[in-house]
Amino acid sequence: MSNRDFLLLMLAMGAVTYLPRMLPLVVLSRRALPTWFAEWLELIPAAILSALIAPTLFAHPDPRLFTLGKIELLAALPTLICALKTRSLAGTVIVGMLCYWGLGAMR
Amino acid sequence: MTSKIRRGLSAAWPICLGYFPIGLSLGVLAQKGGLAPWQMAAMSILVFAGGSQFIAVAMIGIGASPLAIISTTFMVNLRHLLMSSALSVHFPGVSRRFLALFAYGLTDESFAVNMTRFNQGEWHRYSALTLNHAANTTWIVSTVAGVYLGQLVPPGAAGVDFALTGMFICLLVFQLRGPVFTITALIAAASALLTYLWLPGNAYVIVASCLAATIGLILKRLLWKQGRIHE
Repeated sequence: MSNRDFLLLMLAMGAVTYLPRMLPLVVLSRRALPTWFAEWLELIPAAILSALIAPTLFAHPDPRLFTLGKIELLAALPTLICALKTRSLAGTVIVGMLCYWGLGAMR
Repeated sequence: MTSKIRRGLSAAWPICLGYFPIGLSLGVLAQKGGLAPWQMAAMSILVFAGGSQFIAVAMIGIGASPLAIISTTFMVNLRHLLMSSALSVHFPGVSRRFLALFAYGLTDESFAVNMTRFNQGEWHRYSALTLNHAANTTWIVSTVAGVYLGQLVPPGAAGVDFALTGMFICLLVFQLRGPVFTITALIAAASALLTYLWLPGNAYVIVASCLAATIGLILKRLLWKQGRIHE
């Protein structure tokens, strides 16, 4: 691939990534949303975070298989408890990393 | 102004910590796939989306067609449409120029942290913008560094591979502000897992989030009608 083709490809990849990030912010921030839609959007962050985490904890990536034996899942339990008890982001991230590291070393 | 920037920087550290090893490993893969440092930099600056950059590096390596690479990138990053919509309620009447700049740095991680901070209150949009760009800078530096020296870093040092998952778990806990949120999160986890196993790519994020939020909303309306919960 020539340098010019590479840059064109990056520009196109950038455009299709940027537009979904930008359009709702610019369009929706200027109008009053219907109540049901605002309430729906309020639930979206919890749903997205949960959807992002679940396969990391409960599935192998390649090939995709369900599992209950991942270190990530074991480390997630103390991490979750720490988050609920301390409500500290820094503390939770550090506890999570240490648990993951320790469990990985034990295996 | 300085304090807003400082707050943004101090909120960004878990993201930066998580991005660094991922960026390094992307850089190593890119170098093995034949990309030069400037090409890695161009990709990280113009695209700035971790998952799709890994896929793009692999697809470029096997000589996939540009159209296939672009459409895959589009599909992989379409989930940001939802995040951008959810964030929009926190920017009423903010200038288009600011939003255009802010949107550039919208990733799963910056969305999660910014959304949490906005909900907690006292989070200024300049702090949010600073956070986005701190994450972006870390990403660019780490991916390019990966091209140069990635092989020297041992994999899995000190559990950094778990930094982003740990952060997501904590941010999820912050989001659970009532029974409806908890039920929505549980439905999202179950349906994400099922769609992850059945559908290729990462369509599972959009499918599961929309489904869970819709069921959550219906449930909320039903409970509210029955007078079980009060808003």
